[in-house]
Amino acid sequence: MNHLPFKLDRRQFLGSSVATAGGLFLGTVWHSELSAQFGRPAPAVVPDAFIHIGADDIVTLIIHKPEVGQGTETSIAMLLAEELDCDWDKVRTVFAPVDAVYGAPFQGTVGSMAIRTSWMPMRMTGAAGREMLIQAAATQWGIDPYRCRTGNSLVTDIETNESLSYGSLAEAASTLEVPDNPRLKEASEFNLLGTPVKRRDTAVKINGQAQYGIDISLPGMVYAVLARCPVPGGTLLSFDVSATKAVPGVLDVIEVPQGVAVIADNTWAAISGRRVLQVLWDEGENATLNSTDISAHLHELVSQPGVVALDKGDADTAREATVKTVEARYEVPYLAHAPMEPLNSVARVNAETCDVWTGTQMPGIAHLSAVQACGLPADQVNIHSQYVGGGFGSRGGGPLVAESVEIAKQLGGVPVKLLWTREDDLQHDRFRPVSCVQFNAGVDASGIPVSWKGTVACSSFMGLRDGIDRESISGLAELAYDFPYVHFQYHEPGITVPTNYWRSVGLSQNTFFAESFIDELAVQAGMDSVDYRRTLLADNPRLLAVLNLAAEKVGWNGPPPNGRFRGVAVMNGFGSFNAQIVEISLEAEQVHVHRVVSAIDCGSVINPAGVVQQVQSAIVYGLSAALRGEITFEQGRVQQTNLHQYEPLRLKEMPVVEVHIVASDAAPGGVGELGTPAIAPAVTNAIFSATGKRLRRLPIDLA
Amino acid sequence: MAIISFTLNGNVETIDVVPDMPLLWALRDTLGLTGTKFGCGIAQCGACTVHLDGAPVRSCVLPVTAVNGRNITTIEGLPADIGSSVQRAWQDVDVPQCGYCQSGQIMSATALLSVNANPTDTEINSAMNGNICRCGTYQVIREAIHRAADYIADNELASNSLATNALEKNEDEAGGAV
Repeated sequence: MNHLPFKLDRRQFLGSSVATAGGLFLGTVWHSELSAQFGRPAPAVVPDAFIHIGADDIVTLIIHKPEVGQGTETSIAMLLAEELDCDWDKVRTVFAPVDAVYGAPFQGTVGSMAIRTSWMPMRMTGAAGREMLIQAAATQWGIDPYRCRTGNSLVTDIETNESLSYGSLAEAASTLEVPDNPRLKEASEFNLLGTPVKRRDTAVKINGQAQYGIDISLPGMVYAVLARCPVPGGTLLSFDVSATKAVPGVLDVIEVPQGVAVIADNTWAAISGRRVLQVLWDEGENATLNSTDISAHLHELVSQPGVVALDKGDADTAREATVKTVEARYEVPYLAHAPMEPLNSVARVNAETCDVWTGTQMPGIAHLSAVQACGLPADQVNIHSQYVGGGFGSRGGGPLVAESVEIAKQLGGVPVKLLWTREDDLQHDRFRPVSCVQFNAGVDASGIPVSWKGTVACSSFMGLRDGIDRESISGLAELAYDFPYVHFQYHEPGITVPTNYWRSVGLSQNTFFAESFIDELAVQAGMDSVDYRRTLLADNPRLLAVLNLAAEKVGWNGPPPNGRFRGVAVMNGFGSFNAQIVEISLEAEQVHVHRVVSAIDCGSVINPAGVVQQVQSAIVYGLSAALRGEITFEQGRVQQTNLHQYEPLRLKEMPVVEVHIVASDAAPGGVGELGTPAIAPAVTNAIFSATGKRLRRLPIDLA
Repeated sequence: MAIISFTLNGNVETIDVVPDMPLLWALRDTLGLTGTKFGCGIAQCGACTVHLDGAPVRSCVLPVTAVNGRNITTIEGLPADIGSSVQRAWQDVDVPQCGYCQSGQIMSATALLSVNANPTDTEINSAMNGNICRCGTYQVIREAIHRAADYIADNELASNSLATNALEKNEDEAGGAV
């Protein structure tokens, strides 16, 4: 994929990268990414943002959702190409610059929303283009447009069988009015959507040619690493540069608001220079922060009343129906994101312009952040989006870009590449928050919950609304099961460790909590864990269907293979539904996950091959965390220094993952995060089945 | 500083860098070959895997002095025969997601297949365990390595039969004399 390094004069910026100037430009605009999600009105169509058709028949599609590995370069292109009815083999793709037309300031990929927010707008855009091409052909032939059919970048007159290529029609089509309400294809007319399409980015990702942010090289570029206070919230007191400046290749040492930057003529010199840099920090209020105290604090909070986050149903009726109360307390640690490509950002700032080259999930936020840091007008600041070597929530764009711009501001127009080493990444990530929940369920005589109550203590990273962090209770208070009475209270624990989205966000911990506790209730009721959930999901057909499908595919009615044990968990989120059943064995206090059967309903499927990839990927991400993921603090510092102490799943541990998709014509749901939440409880529920031991804390510890 | 001379993807390169600079940074910053990736800096993730005289090594911990006079192969100079079979399999199975680890995965897989033309799952596990993929492409990596082994076997079969044909043709031309 090429990258658009220009301002948003689209004719101008495409001019250098599109083979032939002129042609048809087409786009849509929408007001807000977030309000765009469900059932919103058809977008107003404006020219020239998403499609360019050259006279040479090459169709250039402008991809506004960064390619983070989740497949947007392919799936967004499919949405446009399907309705445009163009020749897939003559499509090329480019990344969009930052602009309101692409969703800025929220332009980016987050919350498994890329497809959900693009499904209608991109199809409408493609369909509008198709109608304009038809109109252009009909005018040229002097016939009624209804006589025209399209396919493979041709408009054909069905009576004469004459055809005109899109390339030959593009110039004329671009002068026409953009239709407000173009006809969309019925699902039965799809050629691309719903079929397994090969990724567009594979070729450059297997020969070293894909350009990630870390690969950017500019004339005269220098390299930087940044010394930051090892304790969150600490501040710089003083530093001594003498040893650093003696390191060959070190060019300068400068102070920026975020710490002390070592500037060098290569990365290794910058790293070596920082190693001998003497810095004194005021470590501040977190100087003695440690994970034992954090955990104790959360446990104390959940035993006290908090802010009422949800109170639904009739408490008195529930109390009367309760014959037994079941209680349990669960807890999860901080998690780092650890994408394979450590964070990095190249910045160049001079008197007139600020340019940033980076792989980011949120180019819009990166832009805001750069504007704020450089102080230049927004239209003089450019973000050049690159391939992203994994995000998972870590690449929000803001703080990283601000660091690089602050450094570049002091370098008089010299471009600088700021690299976070892996040690920086684990030490200074903004983490998936710690969370702790105290459950209290009332069950009736048959063991079915009549009340579902709990108190949660979880650091907020969304900010509080009415004293509540919604992510801290998502999938916990508001969940798939419809209990007669639900009551949850919330505590913001007031810990100042920075926190952030992490693949599947609140569901990453809350599905572990809820689906483990549901399993406890099934055991209390003396019921099979799948049957128990079936009973509770009678009014949730889509979730029930994936549960039944997973149970069927794994062979739940029969015994597992010898020495293996099964566990199940379900969740819904991102507009999709997932059930996972695992088969594990235990050996010397180690759990081996052999098989994961994952059934999903994500509504209409754009690219089934991409869906399978994403579900497999999300399962591995969740399994890594369940087995070993834990960031701990001691003396205010993260104790895990590198991947040997924060070790993701490795190939030999990879279970066989089977993904089964329930056919659906509902609007698409998200899939990027869908597979992550249910894997941990499925595994710990299987461990209970094997040992009778209920694990109420992650990561899994069988000792 | 140290003057280091080595063969890189078939060409002799001479660089003048500090002796403790890991090969990774010499490749990326000094020589501009960015296909080899930085992931951890302590030989834990395998993103920086290159071949040293044909064997897989982690370039992030290999001081550049250690490659003086040696042969280095990176993703940009992947050996044509086995390497292209691996790339073809990677393409056919659509292995990469974010793709960042894949240079290292492909270098490790190519090294494995160079010494073991038909590895078992256990042998794949052992050879590939040092390469982390955060997107979790392990299942398809395994599939792609088996597929690459098939392609290599097909190629050998084809080239053997080509050789046999050529031999027979030569024999015919030589009037059947051996």
